[in-house]
Amino acid sequence: MTGLLERRHSAKPVDIDAQPWTGPKRPYDLVKEFTIALVVVAVLTAALAAVFSSPDEKQTTIAQWANSASNDFVLTATTELDGTSGTATYGAPYTHDPSAAQKIGPLAPQNWPGVTTPVDTANDFVIRPLEGAASVSPDLQSALATWKAATADQQQKWAAAYDDALSKAPDNDPAKVASGDYGPVPVMLGQLLNLAKTGGLDGALLSQGAFYQTNYTKPLLFLADGTYLEDLARAQHLGGDQWGMMNETGNYPGQAWLWLYTFWYQVKPFSTSGNADALVWGLMMVLTLAFVLVPFIPGVRSIPKLIPVYRLIWRDYYRSQAQ
Amino acid sequence: MTAAQPAATKPPTDSEAGSWTGWVRRRALRNFPPEELLPDSQPVYVASWIYVFGVATIAAFIVVLVSGGVLALRGPVWWHGSDVGHYVNSLHLWSVELFMAFMVIHLWGKFFMAAWRGRRAMTWITGAISFLASIGTAFTGYVSQQNLDSQWIATQAKDGLNSVGIGAYFNVLDFGQMLMWHIVLLPLAVGLLVVAHVLLVRHRGVVRPLPLPPPKAEVPAQATPREAS
Repeated sequence: MTGLLERRHSAKPVDIDAQPWTGPKRPYDLVKEFTIALVVVAVLTAALAAVFSSPDEKQTTIAQWANSASNDFVLTATTELDGTSGTATYGAPYTHDPSAAQKIGPLAPQNWPGVTTPVDTANDFVIRPLEGAASVSPDLQSALATWKAATADQQQKWAAAYDDALSKAPDNDPAKVASGDYGPVPVMLGQLLNLAKTGGLDGALLSQGAFYQTNYTKPLLFLADGTYLEDLARAQHLGGDQWGMMNETGNYPGQAWLWLYTFWYQVKPFSTSGNADALVWGLMMVLTLAFVLVPFIPGVRSIPKLIPVYRLIWRDYYRSQAQ
Repeated sequence: MTAAQPAATKPPTDSEAGSWTGWVRRRALRNFPPEELLPDSQPVYVASWIYVFGVATIAAFIVVLVSGGVLALRGPVWWHGSDVGHYVNSLHLWSVELFMAFMVIHLWGKFFMAAWRGRRAMTWITGAISFLASIGTAFTGYVSQQNLDSQWIATQAKDGLNSVGIGAYFNVLDFGQMLMWHIVLLPLAVGLLVVAHVLLVRHRGVVRPLPLPPPKAEVPAQATPREAS
């Protein structure tokens, strides 16, 4: 490391800033300074924690969603079944749809790694959890048998028709859906709602294929496809247009250091672009690189000379030099 | 900074020659002699409150590590159902807020001091990357909280990460992965970067004051060699 920094360029003038300081010195007890700083910070932290505590807004569950906003739950599950939900149409890394990727000009880096976390919303969020619960309900067994016996085209027609009817029903209420040819879909979704209300779907979405689990990708994707989670977040001023990424629940300081990242989402063209995430991240990557490389960027590295904050920092030294 | 010629610059003895251990020791002592590593004096210009924030950042980092370590003792669920655990979580939160605040003040201070002068660019770079790694560490902590905040932040942040391909490998919806990054990988990275940063500061010494511009009525006899910008 030092070898890199100590390359000698004999033709260049001597860099006075790189020369060892040979002027006067003052006593400086680093260990004492650190010890005092540690004690002060520890006491300050303990006091802040005692006075202000910390937020812990309780997590929501699929069961709460199904019980508190059952219409939203059923509508969301229908879109998972007919493949029109946010997750079903997301593209990489969840589904195979290169056209869904966000772009930075002609580039779509979202597609580059491919589908690394495959999600089949109809099977993962609806069919497979129902299969696990089918043994306790003859109606559900029959509905699933009808669904499986149908062609993929027929399945899609049933689900899409029900999705359309549910969207048009007052309050998206399944009980007020106009009559139509929906096949076994209403029974399946009614049973999914019952399963979700008991908490069974929380476990079913998490435990697919293994006993131990720490990966909440599927239940979180399902939850985020509805409006219930967003309603809860917006009530806590966490929405994307509320500087949400840097906020905390309640009146607590959140990740204030993300202000610049969050800022771009509040202004055009980012706030109205379908490629906002890719554009903001692309911009932040460039700015981050510039931040790291400040010492090498002409103009930027000279700003400190133009804004004389240094006069304040070293005012005692300059005063002593003047005397 | 001035430094006495360390004894380590002596030619190696017969037993040291060819020894990897001896080579590492000689290199370490040559680059970081004890009087540079732990000096008891500093140039006279090192006399401002701004210098305190570097040390304060390290102090807060230690409080962050200790409070996080106590949280780790009983696992990630403990603090949700225990008053003691909740207080420890509060310690962790506020120490992080202080850590980031001190670091940002330190960073702005160093920017306005143009502290990268005199072959100190790597000192700036390690500090800047420490800041970025700290943001990542804090972020993974926020998505590992197991509450509404973490649920919402994770589902929102995935879109940004996925849009540039990072989400394919760094899945913010995977609690296990985020917790491991938060309590092992990123703190280790921050710790190593901070050590490298401090060693560079000690090796190069504290940057000199910027030269004051000459009074407007006078013409400088000779320009001080400075970086071209």
